[in-house]
Formats: sequence, structure tokens, C-alpha cells
Amino acid sequence: MTGLFRFLLSHRVEFAGLLAQHVLLVGASTLVAVAIGVPLGIFAARRPRLSAPIVGLANIVQTIPSLAMFGFLLPVPLIGGVGARAAIVVLILYGLLPIVRTTITGITGIDAAIREAGVAMGMTSSELLRLVELPLAMPSIAAGIRVAAVVGVGSATIAAAIGAGGLGEYIYRGLSMVDSTVILAGAVPAALLALAVDTGLLWVERQMSTRRRSASRRTVLAAGAAAIAVILVSGATAAGRSRGAIIVGSKNFTEQVILGELVAQAIERQTGLPVQRRLNLGGTLICDRALTTGDIDVYVEYTGTALTAVFHRPITTTPSAAYDEVREQYARTGRTLLPALGFDNTFAILVRGRDARSLGLKTIDDAAPVAPRWRAGFGYEFLERPDGYPGLANAYGLRFLGEPHVMDLTLSYRALSSGQVDLIAGDATAGLIPALDLVQLDDNRHYFPPYAAAPVARAQTLLRYPKVRETLEHLGGKITVADMRRMNYAADVEHKDVTRIVADFLTQ
Amino acid sequence: MPALEFRDVSFTRAGGMTVLSHFTLAVDAGEIVALVGRSGAGKSTVLKLVNRLLEPDAGDVVVEGRSTRDWQPIRLRRRLGYVLQDVGLFPHMTVATNIGVVPRLEGWTPDRTAARVDELLDLIGLDRGSFATRWPDELSGGQRQRVGVARALAVDPPILLMDEPFGALDPITRVELRGEFRRIQERLKKTVVIVTHDMREAFALATRIGVLDAGELVAFDTPQAMSVSADPRVRRLFDS
Repeated sequence: MTGLFRFLLSHRVEFAGLLAQHVLLVGASTLVAVAIGVPLGIFAARRPRLSAPIVGLANIVQTIPSLAMFGFLLPVPLIGGVGARAAIVVLILYGLLPIVRTTITGITGIDAAIREAGVAMGMTSSELLRLVELPLAMPSIAAGIRVAAVVGVGSATIAAAIGAGGLGEYIYRGLSMVDSTVILAGAVPAALLALAVDTGLLWVERQMSTRRRSASRRTVLAAGAAAIAVILVSGATAAGRSRGAIIVGSKNFTEQVILGELVAQAIERQTGLPVQRRLNLGGTLICDRALTTGDIDVYVEYTGTALTAVFHRPITTTPSAAYDEVREQYARTGRTLLPALGFDNTFAILVRGRDARSLGLKTIDDAAPVAPRWRAGFGYEFLERPDGYPGLANAYGLRFLGEPHVMDLTLSYRALSSGQVDLIAGDATAGLIPALDLVQLDDNRHYFPPYAAAPVARAQTLLRYPKVRETLEHLGGKITVADMRRMNYAADVEHKDVTRIVADFLTQ
Repeated sequence: MPALEFRDVSFTRAGGMTVLSHFTLAVDAGEIVALVGRSGAGKSTVLKLVNRLLEPDAGDVVVEGRSTRDWQPIRLRRRLGYVLQDVGLFPHMTVATNIGVVPRLEGWTPDRTAARVDELLDLIGLDRGSFATRWPDELSGGQRQRVGVARALAVDPPILLMDEPFGALDPITRVELRGEFRRIQERLKKTVVIVTHDMREAFALATRIGVLDAGELVAFDTPQAMSVSADPRVRRLFDS
């Protein structure tokens, strides 16, 4: 808990910004959901035949997992893409169901005699709505709005996956860093915010209930005005973050965030252009779509990933051939693959430095004769993938003492270091490799596909800003595996600020 | 000219059930007509045809010399006070606000509405100070029904339609309210149509009584004449 407070204290400016974004996302989407949902509910309540299909549709929308919803919306013009706008659209869709449903329930639940009295007294249908139906349905509608807002606070954490910011950013960052303090820095305030929204709206509901006296109505109006003011201020705060000419994206793990920040700072330094950061986007697919639609201008991709995940091509094990093919595929779709940064984030077969030195091990071939006396530990994915353990064992004729242990990838580094296992497959750029004195054995038979990191940018952007191209080309070959490991270590293990890590690297 | 007239009116419900057939009746200004019939005899339908909550399939309902088809429904309804059995007071409005609904719809100034509400509270015998700000669920059944009558009278409509107005009350309160209603009517001289299943109520209030049976008006006369009627369809209602 003290760790959480210390983290929040040291990140208070960033935290305030993310909290403001979160409030803005939920506030704006709930307001719009009310503006659409209440009239829709009224409409449905008056036409019983339409109410079932409307509620059914809202129900279906509700069951779509939020990440899938973001995926659906990515290619949609105007409302889709990445960023706050798309997130608000998704949150609106989620908010509609409870509001529509409670509006219908509230209105259809009114005693028939009361409605008949209103009609018989000569109320027009709008007078009936304003004077009788809405006031009587209000407690039900208010409960629906409360549910929508509370659910919205939770759903909004997922919005960080498409670069909309908010408290979810800490959750994603924490997950990628496997740092529970950072996860909690997003999750705990989000939970507290949900509680606060629930309590606040419940209070408003009580004040608005049947027995409204003018004094309490004035209090509610004041509270409503205050809430809208908070949302507007959040909006201003959130919008205050620079809207730059160049938008840099990244996927949602530490190395990607570092590389995104590195590209962003390099552009800022070399060109003086304003840069907007959309780091921590959900994954390869989201980054690729965002690049296609122009929601981002540049991000760093890995050749092997681009080949298989983006272009669905068979893997090519020769690094230069893979790079050339990816470059050509990108060129066909209006994007430019820039020179590789210099390191390869492939699978790394790792052993303890002590063992490597005493046995004189340099390559995987060197290890094959001693492997039968060793225990191996692999992540689940590596064990299963055809290009993982089964193929590797074949290619090098590897055999171990007993079946390889299945273990969490991040834990396997420490398991190796502490002697529980003797060989693991990790990430080549993992910061723990130098920190725990581990040694990567050379893949001398080129079994693993190349995962060379290289920036990919929209061709249009490069044409328009030649200095950006120059800057990105200049980064080619500048980052060694050792550099990347050091920066990952600084971020993941030493919890240093990514902005500082990158700035220090660039000034060297 | 009668204040209210049914001219050969027939009405069939959406399911095909005939509720009224060739119904003809004229109500003079200032009289109280009670329509008596068993449940399902079409009594409520008669009232809904007057304020155009329903429209006749054939024939005409004529209010103040004009067919309801030619009235703008909103204008028509504001000329007709309507009192329901289950009162239909708006639960989210105080007594005073309930009574003032139609004046406000008619665009009266707040002062004029407030003065009229006070006047009506006096008329129905509820103390201004202690009742104006009460909520409907803080009233007894009899008090609620009085407020319902006051609300129907708010803009002084010439015609009052009452659907089983005292049906849901205990016998003592019912008798008390009938007496009060007669007293009010002596002052206001409204044209009143009451539908009820209770012949005693009809006798207590009406100047003329109509008997509805299977959608037809089988008798229409003064209480005195009705009490000596030999028609079995009328006699049956005395026994219930």
C-alpha cells in the first residue's frame, strides 16, 4: 500500500491527467447516452411492438466484449479509429442498454389510471410526458443512468487499449511491466471513482425522488452544474495535452513504450515538430489499423511479427530476406519500413553466465552435448508453438533431463538464475539478462525467425515531412541488443521514468 | 338545447364485442344523470365517448351542440371535468399542485391558480393550511376523492363526468360524500353524468336515471318513476 502511495505521489501530475481523462470519457459518454437513450426509451415505451427489438439490440451490443468492440470500430470512418473519440463511442453504446431499459420500465410501469387522468384532463402528449410520465419514471431512469455511469467507469479502463488514456493506462502499463503497484495505481482509483460516482448519483436520485421540494431541486441543479463543470475542466485538461503534427504509436509492453517514446523524442529533437504520443495501444492489429487509417503516423514493428501477424506470410528465416519482403508489403499499402534499429527481439536460449564461461558455451550447438544433464524451463507458448520447443529440439537434436518445466515467462529468468532450471527460452531484449548474469546462446543454425525492430511510417507523412524521414533513417542501427536490454531493465526492474531513460539514451 | 346528447351511438370494441348499440340519450344543462348497469354493461365507455378517449363507430356524441368529432380533443377535454373511481391523483404532486394542473395547462398566472386552489379547498371542506402541501398518499380515501372532485372543477367546466366516483369508499364516508356533493351541486349547477353499478347511489344523487343493459338503454326516467318500474332488467339492479 505504501508503494502505491509513493507511486501516485511521484506521478501525481500524470495521475491527475489520467484521472481527468477518465472522468471526461465517462462523463461525456454518459451524457450522450442519456441524450440518446432516454428519448429512445420513451419512443419504445409508446410503441410496445418496437420496444422488444430495441432492447434486444441494446442487449446484443452489451454482450460484445469491449476489446472486440474497439476492433470493430477501428476501420469505421468518423467514429472509429483510435483515441478518445472512438472510446467515447464505445462507452456510449454500452451505456445505452441500462438507460433505454429503465426508461421503458419507468414509463410503462406508471399506473394506467394516472395516465388516463392526465389524458382526460386535456394534456397533450408532450404535456403528459413532461408533467406526468417523466417525473414518475425519473427514479427508474436515474437508477439506469447510475448503472450506466458506474459500468462506464469500469469499461473506460479498457479504453487505454486504443490510446484514449484514462486510468486504464496504469493497468496496461502495470500488466506489461508485471508490476502490481502500477496496476493498482490504475485499478484502485478506478474502483474508488466508481464508488464515488455510485454514491453521488444515488444522492442525486434521492433528492430527485417523488418528494421534491424546490430547495432540494436547487441543490441538485447546483450539483449537476458542478458535475458538468468538472467534466468540462477534465476535457480542457485532457485536450490540453499537445495535439501534434506527428503521432507516434506503440504496442502495450515496456519495450514498445520505450521505442515509441524514443521515436517521439528523436523527432522532437531533430525536427522541432510537435509530436503526439499514442503509446500503449492494444496490440499489433490495433497499431496496424491505426497506421492504415492515419490515427498514428509511425510505430516500431518487428519483421517476424509483420510477416506473420500483419501480412500472413510464411516465416522467412534469413533476416535480410524477411526485412525486404516486409518492406515491400508495406510499400504496397502506402507505408514505409525504415532501416532496422539494430537489435532483434527474437527468442533467446539462455543459460547462466557461470555455466557458459566454465563450459565455454557460445552457441546452441555447443550446449547440445551437455543438455541431457540439464533441466529446461519454458513458457507455455514456447512449448506449444511449432516454431518453439518442438522445432528447436529437432533442429539442434536437443534432449533434456526429464520433460521441460512449464513456467511463467517472467518467472523463468529468476528460476534459471537461482538454479531451479539450467536453460530457458526468453526474450532476447529482456532487461533481466544482464542483471542476472545470463548468457544468450547464438542461434547458429538460424532456427528462430528474425524479429528485427524497425519503425514503420505512413508514406504520406514522410513525403510531407522529409526531416521526419531523415530522423527515422538516422536511428537505423543505433540501438544494440545491449542498449535495449539496459533500457528495459531500467524501466521494468528499476522503475525509472521512460521519458528519462530515453532522454539519457539519446544524449549519449 | 341539451348540454350533452347521444344520437344513435354504436360502439364496438377492438375484439369485435359490441359495447353500445343505438344508444340515444339527452342530458339537460344542470341536471344529474346517473347511468346504472352491471359491470361490463358499457358504462365507462359512455364517458370515454364524451371526452373522446374513444370515438363512436356510428352516430354522434354531441357536446354543447357540437359533435365530438368536430371538437379539438384537447379543448373538449378541458371543458369536461372528469372524476375517476381510483381518483388518479398524480402521486408526485401535492394536493395544491394536483388541483392546479388544468389551470396551469390553461396558462393561468400562478397567483390566479393559487387563489382558485384555495377557493376549491374551501369548497370541498379541506383546510387550506394543513392540506395544500400534503401528498396524495398522506390522505384518506375520502379526502383523496374530494381532491379528485376539486381537480375536476378547477377551471369551472360546465360538464362533469364521474366514473363510479364513490365506489371505493367505506359506506359511512360514501354517504357523507354524497351529501357534500349534493351541497356543492346546489351551488354550482353543473351538468353531471355519473356512471355507477349502485342503484342506491343513483337514487341519492340523480335527477334522472338511465339503466344500461347489454349495450342498450332500457329505461330512462326520474328516480320516482324508476322505483315503481316493473321491467325485470331494472328490478334486478335494485336487488344487487
